[in-house]
Amino acid sequence: MNYNWNWGIFFEASPEGTGTYADMLLSGLIWTIVTALCAWVIAFAVGSVIGVMRTLPGRVPQAFGNAYVELFRNVPLLVQMFLWFFVLPEVLPESWGTWLKQMSNAPFYTAVVCLGLFTASRVAEQVRAGIQALPRGQRMAGTALGLTTAQTYRYVLLPNAYRIILPPMTSEFLNNLKNTSVALTIGLLELTARARSMQEFSFQVFEAFTAATLLYILINLVVVTASGLLERRFAVPGR
Amino acid sequence: MTSSAMPPPATAPEPQRPGAGAPPSSPVAAPLAGPAPAAAAGVPMIAIDQVSKWYGDFQVLTNCTTSVVKGEVVVVCGPSGSGKSTLIKCVNALEPFQKGQITVDGTKVVDRRTNLPQLRSRVGMVFQHFELFPHLSITGNLSLAQRKVLGRGREEAEAKGMALLERVGLKAHAHKFPGQLSGGQQQRVAIARALAMNPVVMLFDEPTSALDPEMVGEVLDVMVELAREGMTMMVVTHEMGFARKVANRVIFMDRGEIVEDARKEDFFGSPRSERAQTFLSKILSH
Repeated sequence: MNYNWNWGIFFEASPEGTGTYADMLLSGLIWTIVTALCAWVIAFAVGSVIGVMRTLPGRVPQAFGNAYVELFRNVPLLVQMFLWFFVLPEVLPESWGTWLKQMSNAPFYTAVVCLGLFTASRVAEQVRAGIQALPRGQRMAGTALGLTTAQTYRYVLLPNAYRIILPPMTSEFLNNLKNTSVALTIGLLELTARARSMQEFSFQVFEAFTAATLLYILINLVVVTASGLLERRFAVPGR
Repeated sequence: MTSSAMPPPATAPEPQRPGAGAPPSSPVAAPLAGPAPAAAAGVPMIAIDQVSKWYGDFQVLTNCTTSVVKGEVVVVCGPSGSGKSTLIKCVNALEPFQKGQITVDGTKVVDRRTNLPQLRSRVGMVFQHFELFPHLSITGNLSLAQRKVLGRGREEAEAKGMALLERVGLKAHAHKFPGQLSGGQQQRVAIARALAMNPVVMLFDEPTSALDPEMVGEVLDVMVELAREGMTMMVVTHEMGFARKVANRVIFMDRGEIVEDARKEDFFGSPRSERAQTFLSKILSH
């Protein structure tokens, strides 16, 4: 293999004219993290609501929750990105579509909404599983004490369900973080996109993707560590 | 003389009680007025009237009718699958039923206008598997519903909880979590948690069935004390010793029906139904 290794490339000025290649990758990393966190806020909130709906006694919320999960879970994330970014502005009334297309940072907002709603379907499944893993008597005990359904969820079922599903939710968070890379296809300049442009500008493909790989691993290790701390912080004594 | 003496008794009752507007509306109170001792006052705390329940095509309760008056302790027994737990859960509408009506302290369970959470908050319930909330400390378990349902402040709720913990002999464990207590201790906490809501009646659903034998006594002691203090209680249990000691009446159920509803002395002395006799001979023989 005829390849010129050059680990010093990171400290050379990038053709963008605003800093080095390292700065470029770091800016990508920041977009990756910001996109992942914003998407997670949506995923956690929507996913919890949908997950709860699937455990409610009523048929209507159950059916709605099921429909949501099946829709967002069964369409590939890449296709969903394209649908939100390329198709949605065309099917909306013209003025709305134009507004969407002219929005600054459109790839970022689209990626956050798309990834958030996609991950929400997976979070919903975890939340449902967590609630259903609790003894049936827990709901009865809350109800028998006079708590309303909402209060029973808020004070009894969800605190226990979230504790149970913390490990799989960590996996979902990591997936969510890694899935941000799909957004490069709609023009989000996140870490993978930045590594690719570095490769295209400098031809240092190995250095670029080694750096990207290490950065992904690094932030994911931070997430795993944080999750471990959370688990200890919320551990229930005597269990 | 005799012919003129006949009419007055027939018409006499009406002028005698002009104020009592609803004599025919209390069918449950009438038969109890004679025999039941503590029940003589006859205020039905729980009135179960012709309750039937189905799971799909399978009928789990058939025309169950009985009542529990204020201060009375009623033990419900019967073979497993006879519907006794289901019946007791119908009382605070944890289980829905398709036919009949239950009235708790004057409030109808099946009525759109009934505020069920409010009704349930006045009906204490103790479960077979305790069902303490594992993520809350004992204090938290005792305070939660007091604060969220009754709107008591933190200090008031905790003081009330502490007083009840002392009563069940577990004051020293207030800071612990349910997982750190034994089964018997957890069940005593569960009783205290129910009492913290100042219930007008207590329901017990096989409160000692999930306990190790040596822990049954400590829970029964609390229940006996409660009964002696005059709490209205409906207790599903196989503990016939408890029934003998404190029950006023015993209800025997089989296949979703109330087969026997008798004063304790009659039930243990000479149960009328063959099924109750068989049941008793099985559980009392050893």
